[in-house]
Amino acid sequence: MIKTQKPNSGAHIGAKTSVSKIMWQVVLALMPATAFGLWCFGWPALNLFIITVASALFFEAFCIRLSGRLAIPVLMDGSALLTGWLLAMTLPPFAPWWIGVVGSGLAIILGKQVYGGLGQNLFNPAMLARVALLISFPIEMTTFVDVSPLFFSHSPGFIDSFNITFAGLSPTDARVGATTLGYIKTEFSQHHLLSDILKDYSGTLNMIGWTRGSLGETSTVLLAFGGVWLLRQGIIQWFIPVSLLLTVALLASVFHLWDSEHYASPWLHLNSGALMCVAFFIATDYVTSPNTPAGQLVFGAGCGLLIYVIRTWGAYPEGAGFAVLLMNAATPLIDHYIHPRIYGRDRKGKPLEISKS
Amino acid sequence: MLSFFSKPRIQGGVHAEQHKDATAHQPIVYSFPLPKKLYIPLQQHVGKPAEPLIRVGDKVLKGQLLAYSQGMISAPVHAPSSGVIVDVNDYPAPHPSALPIRMIVLETDGNDEWVKLCPPEDPFLLEPEDISLRVGAAGIVGLGGATFPTAVKLNMGRENHIDTLIINGAECEPYLSCDDRLMQECAAQIIDGVRLMLHGMRTERAVVAIEDNKPAAYQAMQAAALPYPSIEVRQIPTRYPMGWDRQLIRYVTGKEVPVGCRSSEVGVTIHNVGTAQAVHKAIRLGQPLVSRVVTVSGGAVSKPMNVLVPLGTLISELFAYCQVDAAHTARIIMGGPMMGDALPHTGLPTVKATSGVLALSAPELKDSAEQPCIRCASCVTVCPAGLRPVDMANNIRINQLDVAVDLGLKDCISCGCCSYICPSNIPLVQYFKYASGAVAARQQAQHKSEQTKRLMDDRNARMERIARQQLEEEQARIAAKAERERLKAEQESVA
Repeated sequence: MIKTQKPNSGAHIGAKTSVSKIMWQVVLALMPATAFGLWCFGWPALNLFIITVASALFFEAFCIRLSGRLAIPVLMDGSALLTGWLLAMTLPPFAPWWIGVVGSGLAIILGKQVYGGLGQNLFNPAMLARVALLISFPIEMTTFVDVSPLFFSHSPGFIDSFNITFAGLSPTDARVGATTLGYIKTEFSQHHLLSDILKDYSGTLNMIGWTRGSLGETSTVLLAFGGVWLLRQGIIQWFIPVSLLLTVALLASVFHLWDSEHYASPWLHLNSGALMCVAFFIATDYVTSPNTPAGQLVFGAGCGLLIYVIRTWGAYPEGAGFAVLLMNAATPLIDHYIHPRIYGRDRKGKPLEISKS
Repeated sequence: MLSFFSKPRIQGGVHAEQHKDATAHQPIVYSFPLPKKLYIPLQQHVGKPAEPLIRVGDKVLKGQLLAYSQGMISAPVHAPSSGVIVDVNDYPAPHPSALPIRMIVLETDGNDEWVKLCPPEDPFLLEPEDISLRVGAAGIVGLGGATFPTAVKLNMGRENHIDTLIINGAECEPYLSCDDRLMQECAAQIIDGVRLMLHGMRTERAVVAIEDNKPAAYQAMQAAALPYPSIEVRQIPTRYPMGWDRQLIRYVTGKEVPVGCRSSEVGVTIHNVGTAQAVHKAIRLGQPLVSRVVTVSGGAVSKPMNVLVPLGTLISELFAYCQVDAAHTARIIMGGPMMGDALPHTGLPTVKATSGVLALSAPELKDSAEQPCIRCASCVTVCPAGLRPVDMANNIRINQLDVAVDLGLKDCISCGCCSYICPSNIPLVQYFKYASGAVAARQQAQHKSEQTKRLMDDRNARMERIARQQLEEEQARIAAKAERERLKAEQESVA
């Protein structure tokens, strides 16, 4: 007679997935854009990236140890790595080292662990940290350098990079500036028109990512590539990215057609700022987005609307972080009102009427 | 474009790995050696257990009635072989708890001698009610695993004037292939059973639904159904849980069965292919249900197969025949791997519900290291009942059972899709089964306390009434006495 251990309920078999597999696939999807960003902005960017990710892992391990658990198995789920990674991608590439450390601390401790760890947080940790940094350290967080790829003569070398990241020696003024969106915002305040402002603007370079911007957010094409791969892998669903991008594009088109001198084109909006990164990697965060397809459509559209509103009429040139956080706050509400219909019941949960047709 | 807006015909579901190849390509084995002892539970069906009418020491023949059905929803039990009754007592049930239930123990004599069978000459001349009676007397229950007495279903179908009989050949559970083999090898018998059931329910139309991963079964069934235009054989997409009756009804007819209703109320009745074959045997040959085809499969089974076994055969004997490697057996499952029950040991009998017995090795099982929920909502996506397993489980975890009930706990069909898909290995179905049990226990306790309170109130009222009556009688007595004395005084004064 064969005996086995304690009884288990079905299903006895399972799909071959795990939290860490999901996280690693997202990391893999981020690779191309990250690699491109690191190459574009050189050694200082790499320093900042490593510091941010390492401190995210450190803070996660610290919190887990505080709660009296073993840190290694929790770190292996890859969620802290992903949070640090995403945060690093949204930072200005030449930001000093403490920006990365403080940001990771905010993301992991305030954004995630105080809620109870993985799966419990209300807000996206990376965006929470990014917004907190932006409000607290506006200078550091809005100083963007020109593209200065690795191994190019005018780029900072390996040694220089330490001065930039750790000693806070900022690069010469000639090589820093604002992002496209920031530039447009300042120029508008001088009552300039879009046709003047965008004389030097190249849509193609912006799409590739050859432009001033955050460490890993510049390359629209590579981020979209990673996002589409994630869609194909079934890690994310299309509802949020599509509704988000469509909403921004639609709003931008309408206003651009109405007044092309004061409202930037949808093409510019789609290729600027954190839009692609947010659409595919931030807004689709499982923990902080709604559970149902319809809810996700609403969530994505809400993000898109807020991004456009903040970019166009708000005080900040880029509103992706704020938009995501605001919609995160609305997620429980969306989930409360939008849920699937139970079989044999109507939307309100009452049993269906018998229809004998 | 219009179809985009119409109601989806399949909701949720998963594409589980099939694992059917190990058994689906070899014929059913009919040479299983007759066990020395058969353990026949008196309850192998939904409803009341059967009541034994034999005594220890009685000699019985194969197919002889051992226990008769009791009440409206019940089914009789017959002797799976000839021999002597050696015990009627409590033995471990084929259930995760293996708690003892009443069983008849039959020591076989090896002759396997049938009792005298008396099939009708032409069953289509029988009254439909007669078909139901014979099906009921043969002890036939739903062989897909639900084990609802088939005769009751036939009666309900006839009374509700259903328009479609659906024959469930989906067999969506991984590993299992007994229905598949049955359809390939006994298509004519199944189709005959379907015709008899149609006759028994006075219904004109039957649809045999077979998942499209069983092309051989589909072809065999279609060939067998060709002469009968009332029977349509249809392929349906392979997607667990396609064999859930309500999912199948919605896919085949477009009708949705409201919560709390039986499918016959919307004009549809659903039976398993195995049941149809059992009906054929019961009506055409007069044979009661005494054996069934069981799939024995899994990573620890050296010779996986579909095998015809007499009911009451111990799983240990079945495993010995199929050469199950005990060292590699991590879990024994009765039924399929999605909804089946994990059994604690193999000293348990096969019953009418046993469509398969699996001996799974450790690598086949779902990893049990539970991780925190990341709200990926896969469980919401795959739930065929349209529930939100994530929210239900979260509420059950903090013992908010009422909230879980409001979220639809009672509409959960325990299909296991959510547990299957969960990347964090959260045993969601276990949560729901626990909560359902706890809610039922609580309701029972509440009912009990209400009953006690009612009895107490009744008693108080009764005592009060008695006291009042006594008081009234006392007063009446005093009044009568006073009256008597007054009369007496009057009489005296008159005198």
